Amino acid sequence: MKILVPFKRVPDPATTIRILPDGSGIATDNVKWVINPFDEIAIEEALRIKERLKTGEVVLMTIGQSNWQEQLRTGLAMGADRAKLIVTDKPLDTLTIARVIAKVVAEEQPRLVILGKQAIDDDSNQVGQMLAEILGWPQATFASKLEIEGDRCTVVREVDGGLETVAFPLPAVVTTDLRLNEPRYASLPGIMKARKKELKEIPIESLGLDLTPKLRVKELKAPPKRQAGRKVGSVQELVKLLHEEAKLI
Amino acid sequence: MDFELSPAQEEIVRQVRALCARFPDEYWRDKDSSHEFPHEFHHAVAQAGYLGIAIPEQYGGSGLGITEAALLMREVAASGGAMNAASAIHLTIFGMGPVIHHGSEELKQRCLPAIARGQIHCSFAVTEPDAGNDITHIKTAARRQGDYYVINGRKVFTTKAREADKVLLLTRTTPIEEVSKKTAGMSLFLADLDREAVEVRELKKMGRHAVDTNLLFIDNLRVPATDLVGEEGRGFHYLLDGLNPERILVAAEAIGIGRAALSRAVAYAKERVVFGRPIGRNQAIAHPLADCYAKLEAAEMLTMKAAWLFDARKPCGAEANMAKLRAAEACFEACDRAVQTLGGYGYMFEYDVERYFRECRMLKIAPVSQEMVLNYISEHVLGLPRSY
Ligand SMILES: Cc1cc2nc3c(=O)[nH]c(=O)nc-3n(C[C@H](O)[C@H](O)[C@H](O)COP(=O)(O)OP(=O)(O)OC[C@H]3O[C@@H](n4cnc5c(N)ncnc54)[C@H](O)[C@@H]3O)c2cc1C
Ligand SMILES: Cc1cc2nc3c(=O)[nH]c(=O)nc-3n(C[C@H](O)[C@H](O)[C@H](O)COP(=O)(O)OP(=O)(O)OC[C@H]3O[C@@H](n4cnc5c(N)ncnc54)[C@H](O)[C@@H]3O)c2cc1C
Repeated sequence: MKILVPFKRVPDPATTIRILPDGSGIATDNVKWVINPFDEIAIEEALRIKERLKTGEVVLMTIGQSNWQEQLRTGLAMGADRAKLIVTDKPLDTLTIARVIAKVVAEEQPRLVILGKQAIDDDSNQVGQMLAEILGWPQATFASKLEIEGDRCTVVREVDGGLETVAFPLPAVVTTDLRLNEPRYASLPGIMKARKKELKEIPIESLGLDLTPKLRVKELKAPPKRQAGRKVGSVQELVKLLHEEAKLI
Repeated sequence: MDFELSPAQEEIVRQVRALCARFPDEYWRDKDSSHEFPHEFHHAVAQAGYLGIAIPEQYGGSGLGITEAALLMREVAASGGAMNAASAIHLTIFGMGPVIHHGSEELKQRCLPAIARGQIHCSFAVTEPDAGNDITHIKTAARRQGDYYVINGRKVFTTKAREADKVLLLTRTTPIEEVSKKTAGMSLFLADLDREAVEVRELKKMGRHAVDTNLLFIDNLRVPATDLVGEEGRGFHYLLDGLNPERILVAAEAIGIGRAALSRAVAYAKERVVFGRPIGRNQAIAHPLADCYAKLEAAEMLTMKAAWLFDARKPCGAEANMAKLRAAEACFEACDRAVQTLGGYGYMFEYDVERYFRECRMLKIAPVSQEMVLNYISEHVLGLPRSY
């Protein structure tokens, strides 16, 4: 079974993020880039499905600048078979991203697309859902367990206050939650082999899509500094302050 | 000049970090206090193929250079595993050099793949009670008897012998009195560590308790002649080939431990508040940490230069020695400052920096002492007369 895993490159969660003075974006010098952690879980799941079924192909894709190759190589080192880099240096909104992925789906014809439920940088949580809609495929978001039997897929979803199990026919789109699996680290032979695997760069213009963003980021702001707390003398005083000062009750 | 790592090297660093993250400080604390070999860690490193990093591909390794091996060892030590982690794999990573370069094809085919897979643990027995830095004066003797050699003698400080299946053993096949040059007449064996003939007695020591260090009493150990590495009498020269890589790797390990210590100290200095301010705001705390950071960076430059020279097949004796000297020193200072920064907590086991401090002390002694490094630089770099 062919599985497509689209992923995004994001700043390493361990880096301290600085916002540019004009609020147009984040300062990228000294930022270490990694595969979005939820997408890494998607890669791991795709590899496990392939290992379980003992057949198939895992294709990675990302949409970004030429140097995003590095993260694709990381995924190839983990064990994916080949990769596509849709090259652009323009920022794209989520709908355009979903449309680009849909184009690749049309060409590759995978039975399953697995991707992270959201990217940890902008937390949009939209691409998987939009993609399923564009393709007219079933979708299962926030997956914490995934099973495939023949042409059917069963997914346990993490929903508010519990778990929901859904079953649907393939082809389909699944987005991953944190508890689905723990991604592997690449072996040294894996790293060496990754350098020789196919990695195709495709200029985004060749896809013939309208890339005009429907969404524009107007400003980025750091969250306000937390104020120091205050000690209160009694429950009565607390209730009074919550009511009169904070106006919460 | 290019100081950048290649993408594949960057990837190795990233993936080794990810592997080591599964073995946090608590794991090493536990192994250190229970004096247990870190089998789980060793297994994970072996499974991921890193043990064979410098073993040629035709013998089951990846055939990479000392640069990659140094990055591996740096990250392994920097994870908090320090010398417990490094010594668990160090000998497999570098020690097979003499076998790779001088061993017979049969010996290589027979041993290297299993060593690269981690199925065979190997010790390295050079040092003797009466011959420390002065290697040519070793007394362990190997006598040929038909298709076998019979070996008798004592070795000291042999690391990992408790775990080892094999031992790379330096012996004298011709007594020192009978050779024209004292470096001649020595032979190297990749021998089975037969417990019937070799008594392994563990030594108590200051730190790195997860990996044992031992006295070996060798009593009529029979070793097939096919286990002889290269030619009889040339063992010392084979060993010399491996010294520079070992110094480079040890330097990288030292830098890793220094980084681990520094990162714990910096995190603590940001958070610990006494006298109404984080202690890191005091220059008495901040400046020594900054100084240690700069010294570790400088040591790393030397180390990576030495590694680059070695991989480019250029002479690197001076650089490898200087890297070991500076890195061992910078590491010791970083660990000491880390303990100091944590105050009374730094002296406590649960805060880990005292463990790094205990472990890194050995790097000023082994595999070559700081003094012998200075001897090397005085004589071979500066051209001063030999003092001993
Ligand atoms: C934890 C640990 C693990 C080890 N593992 C191994 C192992 O696996 N295999 C192995 O073979 N060995 C091992 N060693 C041994 C290590 O390589 C030796 O300790 C080292 O070579 C020094 O030898 P020595 O201890 O006998 O010191 P000595 O040679 O007795 O030296 C003692 C002191 O005198 C100084 N000194 C000696 N000669 C001179 C001189 N000419 N000029 C100036 N100063 C001098 C030295 O620098 C040192 O400070 C290990 C050691 C330790 C501590
Ligand atoms: C083995 C041991 C036994 C002990 N026994 C006892 C005991 O029996 N009874 C007892 O009461 N206590 C005992 N102590 C506690 C000891 O006295 C304290 O560890 C010591 O006073 C330091 O306090 P601290 O560890 O909280 O360090 P902190 O006060 O947190 O200081 C941490 C670091 O910051 C530095 N620092 C702090 N403020 C400044 C500043 N303004 N300028 C520059 N540097 C600064 C300190 O010098 C130190 O290096 C013991 C400690 C140890 C290690």
